[in-house]
Amino acid sequence: MANASYVRDQMLPPQAPPVSEAGVVKWLRENLFSGWFNTILTLVGVVVIYWLVVSALPWWLNSVWNAESLSQCREIVAATAGEGATGACWAMIRERWHQFIFGFYPPELWWRPVMAFGLLFAAMAPVLFAGQKKNLTLILGAVGLFLLVTLGLAGAPMGGWIASLVLVGGLIALVQVMPGRLLWFTAIYPALCFWLLWGGSVWTPIVAMLGFVVMGGAYLALVGRLGPTASALIGVFLAVFWWLFLDIPITTALASMIGGGLDQVDSDQFGGFLLAITIGVTAITFSLPIGILLALGRQSDMLIVKTLCVGFIEFIRGVPLITLLFTASLLLQYFLPPGTNFDIILRVIILVTLFAAAYLAEVIRGGLAALPRGQYEAADALGLDYWRAQRLIILPQALKISIPAIVSTFIGLFKDTTLVAFVGLMDPLKGVTQIVRADIDWKGIYWEPYIFVGAIFFVICFGMSRYSMYLERKLKTDHR
Amino acid sequence: MAVASDVPKESFRLSMLIYDTRYRSITIQIFVLILFGLFLAWLLNNTAVNLATRGKEFNFGFLWQRAGYDIGQAIIPYTNDSSHFRALLVGLVNTLVVAILGCILATILGVIIGVLRLSKNWLVGRLMTVYVEVFRNVPLLLWILLSYVILSEATPQPRDFRVTDEMAAAGEAPAASMMLFDTVAVTNRGTNVPAPLFDVSLGSVNLLGITLNLTILAYIAVIAGSVWINRLILAGARAQQEATGDRPVTWWKSILVLFGPVIALSLALGLHLEVPELRGFNFQGGILVAHSFTALLIALTLYTAAFIAEIVRAGILAISKGQSEAAFALGLRPGRTMNLIILPQALRVIIPPLISQYLNLTKNTSLGIAVSYLDLRGTLGGITLNQTGRELECMLLMMLIYLTISLIISALMNLYNTSVQIKVR
Repeated sequence: MANASYVRDQMLPPQAPPVSEAGVVKWLRENLFSGWFNTILTLVGVVVIYWLVVSALPWWLNSVWNAESLSQCREIVAATAGEGATGACWAMIRERWHQFIFGFYPPELWWRPVMAFGLLFAAMAPVLFAGQKKNLTLILGAVGLFLLVTLGLAGAPMGGWIASLVLVGGLIALVQVMPGRLLWFTAIYPALCFWLLWGGSVWTPIVAMLGFVVMGGAYLALVGRLGPTASALIGVFLAVFWWLFLDIPITTALASMIGGGLDQVDSDQFGGFLLAITIGVTAITFSLPIGILLALGRQSDMLIVKTLCVGFIEFIRGVPLITLLFTASLLLQYFLPPGTNFDIILRVIILVTLFAAAYLAEVIRGGLAALPRGQYEAADALGLDYWRAQRLIILPQALKISIPAIVSTFIGLFKDTTLVAFVGLMDPLKGVTQIVRADIDWKGIYWEPYIFVGAIFFVICFGMSRYSMYLERKLKTDHR
Repeated sequence: MAVASDVPKESFRLSMLIYDTRYRSITIQIFVLILFGLFLAWLLNNTAVNLATRGKEFNFGFLWQRAGYDIGQAIIPYTNDSSHFRALLVGLVNTLVVAILGCILATILGVIIGVLRLSKNWLVGRLMTVYVEVFRNVPLLLWILLSYVILSEATPQPRDFRVTDEMAAAGEAPAASMMLFDTVAVTNRGTNVPAPLFDVSLGSVNLLGITLNLTILAYIAVIAGSVWINRLILAGARAQQEATGDRPVTWWKSILVLFGPVIALSLALGLHLEVPELRGFNFQGGILVAHSFTALLIALTLYTAAFIAEIVRAGILAISKGQSEAAFALGLRPGRTMNLIILPQALRVIIPPLISQYLNLTKNTSLGIAVSYLDLRGTLGGITLNQTGRELECMLLMMLIYLTISLIISALMNLYNTSVQIKVR
């Protein structure tokens, strides 16, 4: 072995990988052509995309934005792109967008829903991004900018414009000092929103909100002596008493003494996305607490409470939402005292809320059941009473587990707001589109309105699902 | 040394009803029960008063009156002389037909999409993601309305199918043509599909007031028998495999057993298709499937499939990577790994949410009202309700029926669920 003729004494420089194992070629081989089956799939996919593009692209490119009727649109398309070409007629959206957004809400008052919509984000911000000063300031700034522009566009009176800007400015200042206190704005927002949307005397929402003050005051005054359950019951009782017997006389008296208010808008003028968002946001807000209570009731040791909750949840989940909406429009007149008649939107909101609450209850029950038994026992061992244990130990964990399912219930709820069309309300999908399509000018148009409405729904629902993913990541505490 | 004495026996005091956790739950429950009773009494009282002031009474006698309206799609015999109850049954059958077909089609489509979304193929994976996100985030009502409008406005009129003598002479094709070997015609009035007809009729038999078609019964009996024999063959093969390690070849036996008898029965009964033909101004022969049915079915299938795809994907992802690696280590091919290792385990995760999707689909069939599909909601809760003015009875009955359907579906699926759940030893 001594006459080994050649021994390499230095490393060879590394060679470049083969062409098929690097760069684009490798990616293509691995991701698109890794076998005969995958190749077929890729080819099918390419054909599908090609077909979609070929059939839809000319239609998009030949879009017409300025026309007065569908036939005129078609003439323009034929003139510009040649005979037989297809083209979208977005002129319909250009002419009718306000019906899709506001329904028959009076045009000179459009600034009110716009302002309510802008402030909605200011009210949601402290809930969605609790304690993040930078995000809160950013959102409030965006809301201010949004209101500055849109209120100008919607022709708001100077008073409304200045008031909203001052309000947003004040909120931004508040965030800099005490970010936690922004929740107070969230608490009064429902009253403000109601007043902006429906108008009427300024005292109606204020006196109604005072009912909550009565409830809270009674609770705080009595909790030391009677314990939480009894004082909460008394507080609720007093508040109900307030709303049933004192609310209307006080409101009337105050309104006659000190006037002031906005022009009233009737519920049948609501429509389009204004209606969908009103119903959706209200129902989402109220269904979560009711759903939590129902879930706790279903998990309760008390047989009667449990039976009632199970009965309610299973009944609501067993019937389609449409039948519940028809209950709101047809049957409530049988179940309520003779002569009672309240707003159809309110009735629909109540039924949609109960519907969503039953689904949420099941979702949250899943979260409660997923918690290890030890958490409940640990809370008991610490000597926490039932409500403290739920509030401090159980619910934060259970809700965290069920976030994805809760948000998908919310998405479902928002999509279900379109069903109010069946009780005569003007939802964007069926109500407004039907009105537009019934117009002789736009008869026979179908892709454009549905694409427009579908796109808005998609943006909102997709945004909600992305937010739930963000929240899930943020609250993730395990280290897997 | 101190001796722990017994806790002094307290006598029962009234305040213990609130402050003692042993009694408090009883107090609360009695309180809740009283409140609930009061609420119920209030509702019933209001209802009674309201009914009295309207001069109505609560009874279901109207169900046996003449309905007087026509139903386009009536699978069980129905004329406008039939009773409201018969109309209810027709509506119920229509609901169930859409629900069952929708569940089957949505499951097939959903499983395919869910598996493809996980595929290593980048392009197909992205396409399926787009499909799922688009269909999940847009209301079902839109898909129903859109498919209905497209079917009824973008499809040709029956006269477009006509070939006149001049066109035949000039060799021109008509404006529209039939699909699938000239058997299916989609017009703006509906979809004409061929109808199965039999030369030999087995007749029907009246059993306890229900008319049963013997031909259908014969088919059901033959198919059930074939499936049973096939199971016997497979069980025999498995027994032999476990005894000897060799699995006998069974696929040709299965095909023969599953399809042979059905084909033989069809030949014996002289099954043939009656193809729709353009006569006069419209298509004659065959079955006319209303667009409301087709649109509802398409929309429900596409929409629910997106949800099922997500459930299937989540189920497969929930099976740990170790399971598939172990299967590969055993030398199983990817297809067999899926069939033998992943799917049986994933099914346990998939089935509970799948049940609730089936329930949702069934309840969503009530949206057929948007395209005037006469299902339960359209007959009992629609025309019957408007004609008789019996809102209370109709709505309560309808809710009861939907509730029953939901409970039956969830009971059946839970039964299936327990059969696939892991058997804990």
